[in-house]
Parts: sequence; C-alpha cells; structure tokens
Amino acid sequence: MTDLPLPGGRQFGAGASFIELLAQSTDSAPAVIGRLPEGVAAPHGTTVLSLKFADGVIIAGDRRATEGYSIADEKIEKVFPADEYSAIAIAGAAGQATEIVKLFQTELEHYEKVQGDRLSLEGKANRLAQMIRQNFPMALQGLVVVPLFGGFDERRQEGRLFRYDATGGRWEEENFHATGSGGRVAKGTLKKRWRPGLSRAVAMQAAVEALRDASEEDAATGGPDPVRGIYPKVVVITSGGCEDVPDAEVKAAYDELMAGSS
Amino acid sequence: MAFQPYVPPEQLMKDRSEYARKGIGRGKSVVALEYADGILFLAENPSATLHKISEIYDRIAFAGVGKYSEFEDLRIAGIRLADLRGFSYGREDVNAKTLANAYSQALSGIFTQQMKPYEVEILVGQVGDTPGENELYHVLFDGSVTDEQRFVGIGGKYDELTRHLKDTYEEGWDLPTAVRAAVAALAATEERDVPADQTEAAVLDRGRGRRKFLRLTDDQVASFLG
Repeated sequence: MTDLPLPGGRQFGAGASFIELLAQSTDSAPAVIGRLPEGVAAPHGTTVLSLKFADGVIIAGDRRATEGYSIADEKIEKVFPADEYSAIAIAGAAGQATEIVKLFQTELEHYEKVQGDRLSLEGKANRLAQMIRQNFPMALQGLVVVPLFGGFDERRQEGRLFRYDATGGRWEEENFHATGSGGRVAKGTLKKRWRPGLSRAVAMQAAVEALRDASEEDAATGGPDPVRGIYPKVVVITSGGCEDVPDAEVKAAYDELMAGSS
Repeated sequence: MAFQPYVPPEQLMKDRSEYARKGIGRGKSVVALEYADGILFLAENPSATLHKISEIYDRIAFAGVGKYSEFEDLRIAGIRLADLRGFSYGREDVNAKTLANAYSQALSGIFTQQMKPYEVEILVGQVGDTPGENELYHVLFDGSVTDEQRFVGIGGKYDELTRHLKDTYEEGWDLPTAVRAAVAALAATEERDVPADQTEAAVLDRGRGRRKFLRLTDDQVASFLG
C-alpha cells in the first residue's frame, strides 16, 4: 500500500493506511526480549466463537482474563465492533490484543474517511491478516493473538466469517468457529447445535450454550454469573449493521438454556 | 544566478491574494449554519462523488471551496492529524481549534513561501453537546482564521451569501427549514434555481452516536425542499 513515487519524489495517491502513517510518525519498534521472563504474566483472554445465522453473523466471547493460575479480570470484553459492518473477537494476550483491535478500528475508519468508501469485507479480513503477521515476533515471545473476524458483506449481501492463526494465516469459515483455550469444547457444542438458516434467538442460545460448556471444561473461561449479572458479550452483525446485544437478551437466552437443561 | 527584479512585498502579497481570489471565485460556494440538532453544511455540487464536504473526526467536519486538488490535500492532511492525535492521546483530545490552527499555519506558509498560493477557502466545524458549544472556523487562502457563529458562507460569493443569511437566519431551526434556507441563500446569490440533485449536504448531528457526521441523500434534500 506504499504510495508510488512520482518523478520529483512526490507520492502518487493519498496513503489510506493509518498503520503506515503511524509507523512514519513514531519509532516505537517493539523490543525483542526473547521469551517473557517467568515473573511477567501477561493476561490472557480465552473462549471466543462465531457462527452464521439467517440474517448474518453472531460473535460472542466469555468475560474472563487469566494471568497464569490467577483470574485477572471477570468482566473483560473480548468482542469489539471493528466498524459499522464488522466485528472482531480476540483470544490470546489481552494487552497485545486490545492494541491490535484499536489499531484495526482506526485503520478501517481512516481508510473510510480518506477514500470516502468502506473497505470491502475481503479487504478488511486481509488487512487484519497482515496486522497479525506483523505481531509474529511478539507471538514468538508468548504474546500470541488469535482473532476471529466476522462481518456483513455489503456486496454479496451475506454474513461471512474468518479465522486466523498466530502467523497471520487467514481462512474463511463456512458455518462457525471457536478459538481460545476453551475453543475445542465450544466448537463441539456448535457442531451439534448449528443448522443452516438459524433464527437469531436460536443462534444466540447456541452461542451461550457453547460458552457455558467451555466454561465448565476450561479453567480459563468464565461462565455466566447470574448473581453478579455477568453475561457473555455478544455482537450481532446483519445488513442493518453491527449491534451490541444488550445483557437482557443474553440473559434471556441463558435462562431458557438453563430451564431446558434442568 | 538569474536576475530577480525588485518587487515590493505589498505588491507581491496583493498579486498573490488577487490570484487566489480569482481561483476561488470560479468555484461554487458552501454554506454552513447551525440548526437545532447541530450544524448543516450545504453546497452546490453537480458531482455526486467529488465531495466538498466531508468527515474529519467524531464531531468534526470539513468543507472546502476552490481548487479541488488543493482542498483535497488539506482534507486528507486533516484526517491524518486527527486520527494520529486520537490514537496517541484520546478521542476527546481532537478538536476543531487545533485543526483550524494547523490549517492556518500550513496555508500561511504556502501563501508566503510557495510559487503560488492555494486557491482555497475552508471551513472546520465541530458540533458541541449544546448549541452554545458549536464551533465554526473559516480559514482563508493566506492562513487568516475567523471564528464564526450561527452561519457562514465561503467561496467567491461569500459576502452575498452571508448578507442573505443575515436577513433570514433564525436560531433553533429544524433540519428541513435549515436546508430550505441554505438552498434559498445559494439560489439567491447565484440568481437561479438550485435543484436537489445539484446539491451536496451533510450534517454534524449531536444526536448521533460517536460519529456525528452524516451525509444527506439527494432524495432527503428533495423531500425537505418539497
């Protein structure tokens, strides 16, 4: 995305990338420190999942962050709207991940304002892959960030979702995916519950159930806590845009799940 | 070294101002005015894609008249400055005053040091939580800044526009009334009709979420004009 120089050294075209702009204006290259020393525990976030439903995509995540064997936070958020039509969920080192999310959000908004048009969903997914690849030196030190990215493709008029690995590899998922330490358990649940063309209510229930199952099998995943009113964070993306699902709706899905399983 | 005839500085500045004014006068004007829910920007612009009005940051919008390539340059520089600041510090630390100052510095530098001045005039607007906290800065080709209130016209016919708005403007207008007044002001100064599909309009609406900027479609404008 580097601008082509014109004769005389002038750049051809406006740079639409915020990341490149930031790199020019700072010299804060990440220090390479080998593996993190034993005493430095970086908080890790854990189970996040995503599934398609009739109108688009649901992305959800639990609320726990851990530092080694301690719980660092029971109310952390791991799912963020990236722009009006996409959202990102993160599993991995929380500090690194929130920075990548903030950078990604700014990158998308910057592009939209400079170009006067949003990036295609494909373009956003590719940009995220490049950002994860740039984080690879940090991943080698143990600060791995593995996101899930989902959004509504305005051109194809359908929801799409993408998963990544620590090296920046990017794969499009057909139906659903879960990642993080409790990801395998959550994926098992989704595999049983997922059907093409799920309604929003049923898809929401499947997401909540998968997260509950993950929290029962994985110490680093927090379960819903009705006493303190902590519920998974859920974002729904449809043709109408990105929507933070209110706690009340997540609670309703959870209550129904508990009522059915008792 | 080539022989350079002596030109008095007064003459030099006068020539440059005239040159810039002539360039700006060839283009179409933009009107900005405060209404009940924020700030309305409206321009006569036959192109649907080459914008005169655009978003800079959460609460801040930009409007430019004159030479497209030059105000486009300034627009992108503004977005870069705003995004960098907002990312490094906080979103609320980005404000119109800083931007207007940066534009003023840049334009005054270009005016005195470059071969030719920029043939542009720009507006930087910021919507506040209450009507009293709105800010509107008008930056001229030579870098001079004025802080405007209630309404402002920029471009070749800015004085006629401003005179027209002075007679008609009332505080607390709703959006349709504000759009009608802005179009009427443009039509009166141009002495011809300005149809909805020849306009470009956008608002900074304090009722919106984080990003207050919203473009109005031609259909919306047409429905307001009735």
